Amino acid sequence: MTGPYPSAARAGLMSCHACHQLSQIPAGPTHGDAICPRCEAHIHLRKPDSLSRTWALLIAAYILYIPANLLPVMTVISFGKGEADTILSGVKELIHAGMLPIALLVFFASITVPVLKLLALTFLLLSVQYKSQWRPRERTKLYRITEVVGRWSMIDIFMISILIALVKLEAVATIEPGPGAISFAAVVILTMFAAMSFDPRLIWDRIEEKA
Amino acid sequence: MPDKSSSHPSRLFHNLIACHECDLLYRVHPLRYGERANCSRCGAALYAKKRDSFEHTIILALTSLMLFTLANVFPFMTFELHGRVQESLLSTGVKEFFERDMWTLGVLVLCASILFPALKILGLLYVLVPLEFNRRPWKAALAFRLVQHFQTWAMMDVYLLGVIVAVVKLADMAILVPGVAIYSFVALIIALAAADSALDQHAVWEKMEEFP
Ligand SMILES: [Zn+2]
Ligand SMILES: [Zn+2]
Repeated sequence: MTGPYPSAARAGLMSCHACHQLSQIPAGPTHGDAICPRCEAHIHLRKPDSLSRTWALLIAAYILYIPANLLPVMTVISFGKGEADTILSGVKELIHAGMLPIALLVFFASITVPVLKLLALTFLLLSVQYKSQWRPRERTKLYRITEVVGRWSMIDIFMISILIALVKLEAVATIEPGPGAISFAAVVILTMFAAMSFDPRLIWDRIEEKA
Repeated sequence: MPDKSSSHPSRLFHNLIACHECDLLYRVHPLRYGERANCSRCGAALYAKKRDSFEHTIILALTSLMLFTLANVFPFMTFELHGRVQESLLSTGVKEFFERDMWTLGVLVLCASILFPALKILGLLYVLVPLEFNRRPWKAALAFRLVQHFQTWAMMDVYLLGVIVAVVKLADMAILVPGVAIYSFVALIIALAAADSALDQHAVWEKMEEFP
């Protein structure tokens, strides 16, 4: 392999996820109860049930993705007349208002990022399950990006929170958050948890099994 | 009390580190200030050496604490429409969610914009200040692990973009006047990001080991 040393697992060591301290893999069938000698966190050779947990969270996110995009995220009520906004219609409105850079930002954060995140995690899970040997370095990088960008999808939720705080002039204009906002927030949180429960070291385990 | 530093189990593999993304094992090489070691196989960051990490992080965390207070006490933004003025605080959105019984969104926004940033700042100070004076605070390891978790879920930077989008949406409808809190909030984001980059997590864990 490329490195001067083998993987920690091959050397009989496991790394603490919280503080990166190495410990000997305990003998016996289960090593679920091991505690890090340095930071007292539970240590595992690999994140526990990584694939099934990630799949479960991901499938839940896929299901909620539908109401997140179909149901209104908020309703603007001005002079007694209500107008419902979905994630996509919010972007359209920004384009119509001539705010193209902001429209692009919202489109990227609220539509592109969630879709790419769902697809990227699905791809990573399948690639590990089918013991893919294809470009492990790039797949690890894809994982790293997926983990970092997820939180930026929350822009819409925060925007609603600011709008309801500002616009509350009963007779003139008020804003009511809609059920789509809850589904959308759930999608973002579920995909964040899904990314956290995926273990990128599984990508490399498959490579080493073949080597 | 016997000298624990040589027999402490965590000292055993002290010169080794495994990449947390591909599990490759490395011998830890001493770095110069400002240098960072990356995994040659997958490119992940392994460890870094930062100058005066403790002092810088503590100063930036104290600055953040002050800015956090300003951001929460002073008005965030004023909304003016047809002569009617509506003042809001950073926490007003959360209150509005709760008043509508939308607990999930209320808790989410509260955690991401107020609670987790606060806990992160306080947690950093709780762990680092005593360690700087060679004392180990109660439950230090647990506290520092929690700080790392709060980091993931504190989303003030994303919140700021939400503010910008909201302002753009309302711009042709009403007059918006930014308050003291919004400037403090921006400064807080910068100070906390600087604290993050000043913090050397491995140095903190190593210092904790010296005072078991
Ligand atoms: Zn540990
Ligand atoms: Zn690596």
